[in-house]
Amino acid sequence: MSTNRNPVLSVENPTRLDVQAIRKDFPGLAQQINGFPLVYLDNAATSQKPWTVIEAVDRFYRSDCSNVHRGVHELSQRATKAYEDARGSVKRFINARNEREIIFVRGTTEAINLVANSYGRSHLKAGDEILISALEHHSNIVPWQLLSELTGARLVVAPINDAGELMLEEFERRLGPKTALVAIAHVSNALGTVMPAAEIVRMAHDRKVPVLIDGAQAVSHFRVDVRELGCDFYTFSGHKVFGPTGIGVLYGREDLLDRMPPYQGGGDMIRSVTFEKTTYNELPYKFEAGTPHVAGAIGLGVALEYLVRLGVDHITAHERELLAYGTQLLESIRGLRLIGTARQKAGVLSFVLEGIHPHDAGTVLDRLGIAVRTGHHCAQPVMERFGVPATTRASLALYNTKSEMDALADGVRRVQELLNG
Amino acid sequence: MNDLEDLYQELIIDHSNRPRNFRRLDGTAPGAEGYNPLCGDRVTVYLRMDGDIVADVSFQGEGCAISKASASLMTESIKGKTRTEVETLFSQFHDLVTGVDNPPAEQLGKLAAFSGLRDFPARVKCGTLAWHTLRAALKHETDVVSTE
Repeated sequence: MSTNRNPVLSVENPTRLDVQAIRKDFPGLAQQINGFPLVYLDNAATSQKPWTVIEAVDRFYRSDCSNVHRGVHELSQRATKAYEDARGSVKRFINARNEREIIFVRGTTEAINLVANSYGRSHLKAGDEILISALEHHSNIVPWQLLSELTGARLVVAPINDAGELMLEEFERRLGPKTALVAIAHVSNALGTVMPAAEIVRMAHDRKVPVLIDGAQAVSHFRVDVRELGCDFYTFSGHKVFGPTGIGVLYGREDLLDRMPPYQGGGDMIRSVTFEKTTYNELPYKFEAGTPHVAGAIGLGVALEYLVRLGVDHITAHERELLAYGTQLLESIRGLRLIGTARQKAGVLSFVLEGIHPHDAGTVLDRLGIAVRTGHHCAQPVMERFGVPATTRASLALYNTKSEMDALADGVRRVQELLNG
Repeated sequence: MNDLEDLYQELIIDHSNRPRNFRRLDGTAPGAEGYNPLCGDRVTVYLRMDGDIVADVSFQGEGCAISKASASLMTESIKGKTRTEVETLFSQFHDLVTGVDNPPAEQLGKLAAFSGLRDFPARVKCGTLAWHTLRAALKHETDVVSTE
């Protein structure tokens, strides 16, 4: 086992990642699937975990296991410190102003539901509009539909073009006096489109409309600075950024969070309780009812520190090269159509094959050791927009290589051989 | 790789690319619909009964090669059979694709081509969707008959 190694940059060229060395940090990558070396290209669903994260979670359960914020005893103090240090890591990673703006949740889905329930219910009224885009994941659609049913607000959708890019003028046209909230993905999970987040925030703020950005597919690919973006809420999941499952982050601007009622009631989120009146705890604990996922938070903090050591900008550069290489390879295959060809993309190659259903492609690729996702990717409106029932999606992470892109392209040709009978 | 060739046998590829009885049946009740929300496969089975016998059967829908070929070969296999014979055939087919049993090939006829499915548990549902839908269609027929 190797732990906490120094930045793995290539000796020949210090600005490039040494991907072969990095791969050794991820035990999950070094295995055979159906007799072939695993080619893991399902990173948009979840990422593999580095040793340093696995060991941190293990260490917590072995030697620091305790509840947080309660005990005076040594273990509880250790657990509390590790948990709060993780919050600090998140704060630095996305450049929030302070730790009070970082709320640990189960994942992006819970973060969006928290905002819909707490901010939404207390600030939206009948006739208000919630503006989203046509490329959202179901988790950035359904909570707003539920909120709309409850408040009488209305969901408004800004369209995308044939490349899978947001039509910014159309978006702006839909930003009106009734718009009460904008909720938008930073990167599309189905297409890989990088949204013009800063511009969206500027347009919305010009009209005093708050903005939530769903960053689930962004944080593992490029540097995210919530202050530079200027957004009011930012959400992401730990497991898609090399951390554990079941932990995620809601960033919220402190003045907004302060004005929001709690999302759930319970322990840890209160200052004092009597049967007559309960006063709530301060931020961020007001929004963290019950015992949190302590081990998960610690693992997430370690994952983010790992990325910082590698250098997020180096990761971006590596992935950009990989995506360009993979795009070129796939485009050269006859009968293959890429779905999502935005100029600004991150991490995703979604495609359909003429006459072949994605599930058959997925089965054949799996038999070759290649893990991809097939289906609608929890983005059915996106599939509908492109007139396909499903796609095959290869999604990249910092540890993927050009030879894995070659394996994917070879695999796709094998799919065609087998199924275009 | 051999199990892939077992799964995607020529007969299955042929039926998925050129499905038989792929149409609506004129003059019959609206077909029974099958949907697999996980993968989005959809199939509608149309059925015309002559007493206890399947006089005609067809299907429409979209899905993967396995689900289309299964629906196509199913329609070919059950025409002219009684309800009981159809039930028996489905049960044998089910045993075959789940690997529970290895029914004699002569009883399964062309359906024996699906023997490779047992090595792909995640795809068994694709193979049985049309059959479950057929059952619903048969039940619907029974319902109609029983109300008369």
